[in-house]
Amino acid sequence: MKIVVLIKQVPDMEKVKFDREKGVVDRKSAGTEINPFDLNALEAAVAIKEESGAEVVALSMGPPSAESALKEAIARGADQGILLSDRKFGGADVKATSNTLAAGIKEIGEFDLIFAGMQTVDGDTGQVGAEVAEILDIPHICFVEKIEEVSDKDITAVTDIWDGVYVKKMQLPGLLTVTKDINNPRLPSFKNKMKARKAEIPVWGIDNMSDYIDENGAGLKGSATWVKKIEVPKAVHREGKLWRDDINSALDEFTDILKDKKILEVK
Amino acid sequence: MSDFTGVMVYAEQKDGVIHKVSYELLGKARQLADKLGEDVFCCICGPENLDLNELIYRGADKVYHIKDDEIFSIPEVLTYAKNIVKVINDVQPEICLFGATSFGRSLAPRVAAALECGLTADCTGLEIDDEDKKLVQIRPAFSENILAHIKSGFMPQMSTVRYKEFDEAARDDSRTGQIEVLHPIVIENNMIEVLREITEEDFNITDAQIVVSAGKGLKTSEDFKMIKELADALGGVVGSSRPLVEDGFISKAHQVGYSGNRVKPKLYIACGISGAPQHQAGMKESEMILAINSDPSAPIFNIADYGIVGDMYEVIPQMIEKINSQKAVI
Repeated sequence: MKIVVLIKQVPDMEKVKFDREKGVVDRKSAGTEINPFDLNALEAAVAIKEESGAEVVALSMGPPSAESALKEAIARGADQGILLSDRKFGGADVKATSNTLAAGIKEIGEFDLIFAGMQTVDGDTGQVGAEVAEILDIPHICFVEKIEEVSDKDITAVTDIWDGVYVKKMQLPGLLTVTKDINNPRLPSFKNKMKARKAEIPVWGIDNMSDYIDENGAGLKGSATWVKKIEVPKAVHREGKLWRDDINSALDEFTDILKDKKILEVK
Repeated sequence: MSDFTGVMVYAEQKDGVIHKVSYELLGKARQLADKLGEDVFCCICGPENLDLNELIYRGADKVYHIKDDEIFSIPEVLTYAKNIVKVINDVQPEICLFGATSFGRSLAPRVAAALECGLTADCTGLEIDDEDKKLVQIRPAFSENILAHIKSGFMPQMSTVRYKEFDEAARDDSRTGQIEVLHPIVIENNMIEVLREITEEDFNITDAQIVVSAGKGLKTSEDFKMIKELADALGGVVGSSRPLVEDGFISKAHQVGYSGNRVKPKLYIACGISGAPQHQAGMKESEMILAINSDPSAPIFNIADYGIVGDMYEVIPQMIEKINSQKAVI
């Protein structure tokens, strides 16, 4: 069985700074990490590999520096990493990103399963997984929180969707996007860290995938949408009143506020 | 490009009940269409017994009902996508709106990829650009830290729109419109089978007006009784930060945060919650926030209207008593 895991390198959200004046994200202000949801996707794939034997390929589109994310994926249990990187991939929206990733998957060849995180913490769209599935003409299940069974023909998974929780059985090949509830991603092992250090990460540009994509389908040119403007909204003004010592009078004041604002209805 | 006209809303239904986000979308669609001088279309896949007139009363000029009692009774995205793609191709609207519900966010990308158009996720604002009459889609990104204004060069301009972001369209039962019933496309070899629905507790935190949440300051799952008591006294519901859900203290339906539920209640009380950015992303739009935490440096105090520095195990019982005694006052 071959499993492809889609990985994105994102800025560390706890540290990244936003410039309100210029309306830009200062990506240099923070280090990078693997998108947290993608770690769950990777873990799900590695768990299947351990259970029944599978080859796990981590695939990412990004700048050359995203190589480190793929090395980390190997340290966390992937067998190999492939980076899709080309100037012509820059400025991609959901459509162009999905096209490029789908082309990379086609270039890899046969596969049984694709795992992706339910969304990224920077783009935040949660759309790329399902678009890739449509382009590859395979079924998908979003928001998977548990995998019940995997065979070489199908996979049974639990998904939280449509105001309910459903158990779905999907024929392979297929794509799943996973939530954080599916597992707890493991830390890199010493052995795998060594492996990652030595690993060569192939970098594929648009010419390496010319059977499946051209420059009209990738990057800014292949994008249907573009960002016209970025606003860094001001934080909502908050009262910011803090009571420290006298809890009793604090609660008296607060209940009065609730009455004033008609949140607490007094009969 | 001039062939594309009108604003289409995809109305979500489950078991014949139309999801309320559909009425919010119709309200926004009406505004956009009026500005463009165009019609509002509504597409819905579902059984015979749908209240289609309601969609017209809420602003649709024409409803396309893809009717089937069986195939739309399960959340099977492939079937839905095929049918919706056909309607969009036939009608050629210039704008297409889906609710950013879990189902909408799984469905819309497939529809967009099939149509080879763009798709802007989880919008919180939609406007018509005065200059070129194109849609401006406004959405939060970077874990809610920025708002991006996005435009689309492909038709249709398609978005998913966050639930409870826009007001429901006013109901006008004198409005009239057309209804067209369509036969479904049935996929013979469906690659996904829905084996069963696991029934979940009937609890929806996103509709609550008052939410009382607990975080790591809570010592045992038993202590949720105290949180519940405060919530009950205020007529609210119980929420939780992620760690307590992970530890099995309470079910996921109660989880507030980036990877849980996003809430916007009139009052949010955070008890023993430090206020990690992931939690804030789910509650910072609450109208009023009270934080109770023994650590005065907890980040939750930075976004709270009111803060009480103290042990929640001391503060909450007193608060319950005060509120109950207030309520007793005639």
